[in-house]
Amino acid sequence: MNRSNLALWLPLAIFAGLFALFVGRLLHPGDTVVASAFVGNPLPQFDLPAANVGRPGLSTAAFRTGRPKLLNVFASWCVPCAAEAPQLEALARAGVEVDGVAIHDQADDLARFLAANGNPYAAIGRDDARKVQLAIGSSGVPETYVIDGRGVIRYQHIGDIRPEDVPMLLDRVKAAGGGS
Amino acid sequence: MIAELGLAVLWMAAALAVLQLVTGGLALRPEGRALAGLVRPVAVMQGVLVLAAFAALVTLFVTTDLSVKLVVDNSHSAKPLIFKIAGTWGNHEGSMLMWVTIMAVAGAFVAVIERRLDEPTLMATLAGQAFISLGFYAFLLFASNPFARLAQPADEGQGLNPLLQDVGLAFHPPTLYVGYVGLSIAFSFAIGALVTRNVGPAFARAMRPWVLGAWIFLTLGITAGSYWAYYTLGWGGWWFWDPVENASLMPWLAATALLHSVSVLSSRDALRAWTVMLGVIAFSMSMVGTFLVRSGILTSVHAFAVDPRRGAFILALLAIDIGGALALFTLRAGTVTEGKRFAFVSREGALVFNNVMLSGILGIVLIGTLYPLVTEAYGVKVSVGAPYFNPASAMFAFPMFAVMAVGPLLRWRQDRLTGDRTRRVSWPVLVCAVIAVAVFAGVEIVASGIGLLPALGLALASGLFPAALLPLVGRNLRRTPLPVWGMVIAHAGIAVSLFGMSSESAFSVERLAAMAVGETREVGPWRVQLAGIMPVAGPNWTALEASVSTRYAGGMPALLSPRAETFSNPPGTRNESALETRWNGQLYVVLGEAAADGRWQMRFWWKPFAPLIWLGGVLVGLGGLLALAGRVLADLKRWVARDKIAWRRMRQGR
Repeated sequence: MNRSNLALWLPLAIFAGLFALFVGRLLHPGDTVVASAFVGNPLPQFDLPAANVGRPGLSTAAFRTGRPKLLNVFASWCVPCAAEAPQLEALARAGVEVDGVAIHDQADDLARFLAANGNPYAAIGRDDARKVQLAIGSSGVPETYVIDGRGVIRYQHIGDIRPEDVPMLLDRVKAAGGGS
Repeated sequence: MIAELGLAVLWMAAALAVLQLVTGGLALRPEGRALAGLVRPVAVMQGVLVLAAFAALVTLFVTTDLSVKLVVDNSHSAKPLIFKIAGTWGNHEGSMLMWVTIMAVAGAFVAVIERRLDEPTLMATLAGQAFISLGFYAFLLFASNPFARLAQPADEGQGLNPLLQDVGLAFHPPTLYVGYVGLSIAFSFAIGALVTRNVGPAFARAMRPWVLGAWIFLTLGITAGSYWAYYTLGWGGWWFWDPVENASLMPWLAATALLHSVSVLSSRDALRAWTVMLGVIAFSMSMVGTFLVRSGILTSVHAFAVDPRRGAFILALLAIDIGGALALFTLRAGTVTEGKRFAFVSREGALVFNNVMLSGILGIVLIGTLYPLVTEAYGVKVSVGAPYFNPASAMFAFPMFAVMAVGPLLRWRQDRLTGDRTRRVSWPVLVCAVIAVAVFAGVEIVASGIGLLPALGLALASGLFPAALLPLVGRNLRRTPLPVWGMVIAHAGIAVSLFGMSSESAFSVERLAAMAVGETREVGPWRVQLAGIMPVAGPNWTALEASVSTRYAGGMPALLSPRAETFSNPPGTRNESALETRWNGQLYVVLGEAAADGRWQMRFWWKPFAPLIWLGGVLVGLGGLLALAGRVLADLKRWVARDKIAWRRMRQGR
């Protein structure tokens, strides 16, 4: 078989790969609960500048106030982040402080996103180089961390927060508060 | 009664599809020749029957027959008539019935009007079309019967998703569906040609009107969908790189490439295997898109269409149809000779470049859409958005636009840009290039803060627009063939749309304000005043409506009424924006929530030249329409002439 004939197999091979991927995803729908190696570790040192949307920036010191908080890693260009916005609002209304880390974002895009989807954040730090994101073991957006009052990561939620996840996250926050 | 009739007719149509497949397949063998006469009438009858089934379902929705499960789940007696009709396809079962309806009707059309193609290839094509249809018939009849009755009729329907209650959206899915499914004909033609190993200009000419037709619908469907997302979602954006948007963009990219390679095959008998490959890919992308939307394996704003079990069924169809077609391609393409050769600088050369670049963009979009799926398999969730898609696709799109300015001026087979061709081609193109460079320099000087991509886009669009008109220079405009007009208008439309996109992204002004009634704000050249807030009510919704007085640079005031709507059946909300369009841009106003101190959250955008985005899309569709009209008219003329000759011969007894 010569080379050009081998090239003809390429489309079929690509399709077979896609098919395997689709079958895999259908059989094992996304599992959002992944045990994180970072749970139990203290937050790394960081001091992110404000994203210029009327909220202060974010530093490690803000997480050593004795009260548990949620740390939400998000971006204005991320569609699932818009989908989880109502759940974050609900958590904020329930009295949990939500702090945000905006990944690779622009101030005006961010303002537009917050205006459209609501702004539950007490503080938003800009992480343009994804340094903090990598340092806390987050690989994508959105992700949400439960941080206890001494700045230790207690829980990592990967993917968007669905309405059914809200009570679970509230419990985790409560547990983090009691343990400190 | 109507529901049972519809179901019975659907079963009969499915049976005819089996007959069409068997007779079409047997007619390819010498001993089955006698069956060939049966294939066309069967295809026509199948189209008529499935159309009747679809009409039955529409009737059930219009009369709101509350004993039918689908109607109860998706309609409501208080809904305006137009949304009752749209409710027919605003759900899974109905949209699948619409899918087979369009497939069967298109197949019937091919059976009636296609006379250019050799008989065996046509038989194989119709058999292929029946084969694909059968998968969807099985899906409908075994897994998603739209005519299922309830044991106990319901008192009232459960309505329709409020986001879907919009006139623009009511006709957005059918438009896209005609496009998707129209590509199934191109797919079947490709299979037919592979089976009979007869890939040549006749095959390309038979396939071209179908590709053009499907492509026109896709173009208009995507344009309308983008505008719908723009004014109903209230986010001020017009393209979100959402998986469902990408699902409609990918078939369009493949169909655009196919459209251009088909013209090479029909005029020059080159790019044979490539054209067949694109024919397979275009419809495959439609099916993959449908699968991604329906299976819910990707997170999307279109989450209302999700059901994993149906995903499995569509995936099986995907494997059989696409896998089968690609296997056939792999086995047969080696025996399809590559056709005529051509020089690099030639019309064909430019079109090949266009095809490679379009395939590049297709690859970028496909990878970006599926990348989250791949990483999720390793437990890592990511979201891919504009920071990847915009620069990555521009990397291919911008060089393509540059070649697009020159390509239509080049000669087939071989061209040289010296001597007498300098005046006709090189100089005019150089002038357009100078315009582009001047615009780029101007933009960088006047508005130095804007990004590189928007600046490049503005420059390219400014050069591309005059260049797109160049093929008309020196022609007698009355005698210029319609397809040439079509090409010129479509290419100009691309320039117009690119200008709108770049301007929107470069010069938009945004204001977020908490305003009390009576307060005034500045938004770019506009002065806006919140004049009042009033509650209003419709048949199945209530809303708060703001009246906003707007004035452009001291001109006449215009009143805008953005709404925050609340739907009752089923409950839901929607922020409908209000738009004020001028020749040089659009003011976009959204009413948000009430703040604690009695003020209102208002969002304003001034988007210079934004309407050009959709105007360009419409121009592209119009260009396609003119090209299609030109081809069809030429075919009609040829048939009439041939029939006349045949009739004369018969009369003269020859």
